[in-house]
Amino acid sequence: MTRKLSYREAMREAMHEALTNDSRVFLMGEDVGRYGGTYAFSKGFLEEFGPERIRDTPLSELGFVGAGIGASLGGLRPIVEVMTVNFSLLALDQIVNSAALLRHMSGGQFSVPLVIRMCTGAGRQLAAQHSHSLEGWYAHIPGIKVLAPATIEDARGMLAPALADPDPVVIFEHCGLFNTEGELPDKWDVDISSAKVRREGKHVAFVTYGGSLPKALAAAETLAADGIEAEVLDLRVLRPLDTVAIAAAVAKCHRVVVVDENWKSGGLAAEVVARIMEHAFYELDAPVARVCAEEVPIPYAKHMEDAALPQPGKIVAAVKEMLG
Amino acid sequence: MTIDHHAPSPPAGPVPWDKDFALKLLDDMVRIRRMEEKSAELYGAGKIRGFLHLYIGEEAVGVGALHALRPEDNVVATYREHGHALVRGLSMASIMAEMFGKQEGCARGHGGSMHLFDAATRLYGGNAIVGGGLPLATGLALAAKLQNEARITACFFGDGAVAEGAFHESLNLAALWKLPVLFCCENNLFGMGTSIERAESQTDLVAKAASYNLPALSCDGMDIVAVHETMQQAVVQAKNGPVFIEFRTYRFRAHSMFDAELYRDKAEVEEWKSRGPIHTFSARLKAEGKLTEEEFLALDAAAMKEVEAAVAFAEDGTWEPVADLLKDVLTPEGVTS
Repeated sequence: MTRKLSYREAMREAMHEALTNDSRVFLMGEDVGRYGGTYAFSKGFLEEFGPERIRDTPLSELGFVGAGIGASLGGLRPIVEVMTVNFSLLALDQIVNSAALLRHMSGGQFSVPLVIRMCTGAGRQLAAQHSHSLEGWYAHIPGIKVLAPATIEDARGMLAPALADPDPVVIFEHCGLFNTEGELPDKWDVDISSAKVRREGKHVAFVTYGGSLPKALAAAETLAADGIEAEVLDLRVLRPLDTVAIAAAVAKCHRVVVVDENWKSGGLAAEVVARIMEHAFYELDAPVARVCAEEVPIPYAKHMEDAALPQPGKIVAAVKEMLG
Repeated sequence: MTIDHHAPSPPAGPVPWDKDFALKLLDDMVRIRRMEEKSAELYGAGKIRGFLHLYIGEEAVGVGALHALRPEDNVVATYREHGHALVRGLSMASIMAEMFGKQEGCARGHGGSMHLFDAATRLYGGNAIVGGGLPLATGLALAAKLQNEARITACFFGDGAVAEGAFHESLNLAALWKLPVLFCCENNLFGMGTSIERAESQTDLVAKAASYNLPALSCDGMDIVAVHETMQQAVVQAKNGPVFIEFRTYRFRAHSMFDAELYRDKAEVEEWKSRGPIHTFSARLKAEGKLTEEEFLALDAAAMKEVEAAVAFAEDGTWEPVADLLKDVLTPEGVTS
């Protein structure tokens, strides 16, 4: 059996379940309570769970993310919601210098079982300061795990294993996905360690994640009409990367396009390409191509924003060029 | 805004403690002093590497304040935390081994001088980002409050941290949520080489902290009696919400071992040294008949002996196998936190 659900509803259900099942879990962030969540993910939670566990914070990203780290050290299982990745830059010190390092610096004495959720990405004409995709920065840091649920199933299923994880987990939720709908099976098979093939193919493999997944799937659909079968690998877990799955996709298709909304220079796609060089180079029939954000602050005007971001048409063009 | 850089008058008045307690606190100050002196020497010998920040001159703050806490309370400290770790109950040997980088150290040699941790005594570091410990302490206090635990969290930081956003965000959150946390500001008048009047538009830190609508106290950090009594009062108040305490103190040594001390007058340093917390306190105890010179010498000799044993332990310690390099990045499977 399946039922139809939006990404937003899936995420809301996942948090509701966590709050219901574990009294150590609490939600903290800007406007998570009385406002109902910036994206309505926690609508009604304040009334149901009370202000102690649905904790509205002032605009103090450094302070409340750090407090989440301290609360997890003190025995709780906080879900800290940072409104967007853009504002997470204000909390970067606590995430990088405390959350990620405490286990190691303490010689293994203290773990930080914390979940930080944030919205990421562009595509809604929010201009340069509200359109960042910095997953690659976070995936650079040893000591944290980085997730990018892009399907209804992952939005519903990734939070529980993230909360059960003894180490800090950062979850990136692409703002373009919130209203997408899909079928959720009664039982889902979700983990936070592996990539997942979303479409089988054999001529070219798309390696992607997050908000770029629907674009890669759309490109695959277009190419199918021309007899080109594209495999779509959803990374889902950006740290640690599932190198085995990436290498398997290369071995199967021998041609790869990495689709990533990060800027190309030093972004996550660069790491994927490096892994391919290290683990699957001799399987390649063509140089790996990347479709990433253009190296420009994300513009406001719709046509310019579209031009700055990966689009299905750009992915199709990259494949056509690769296949000659 | 100007600020008086002069040392306070030597502490006076009766010591309101019995002999045992008074000597315990004196002993802890001497233990820190001797450990720190030896650490400086070992740094010169290349046994201790990295950064080394000594607590010499500030001992009355850590000792007086930490003796007002209970074992179930949490402590968050800075990179100048050897003394806090020792008073909290870590063995001098495990501290010294950590500074040597040996796996018998209190953090397996992962952090050295700046990152002393101990789960058993609830010491959550050793944080070397100025102000970085304040949000952590706020969160620890939030956890205690939400779980109805009676423990309070004491967070130590220097006057330099007051200029960081983390200070303001943490005081605001803690006051807003009425969290049981003590913000213990060790005001030694300098953030590295920048004196407080060159860093703060408002040098009255009590006025600054009080603006967050929490009790803010100040005391002479060179007087262990004042420190302890102020901290005791703050511990009681902290059950209902955060308290800020400024301890006016002074660092006798350089900021770290790479500091030529171009930014302060030698006369100023000498003046503060003359009001040093160990000799002023021992003089008061002697005057009251609670301490004899023989007792002091015995206590000092015992501290020296403890230091020698700690150094021997560190020397005998072993290096963590390189095979364990990645071991503590993430929590091993099966370990619950």
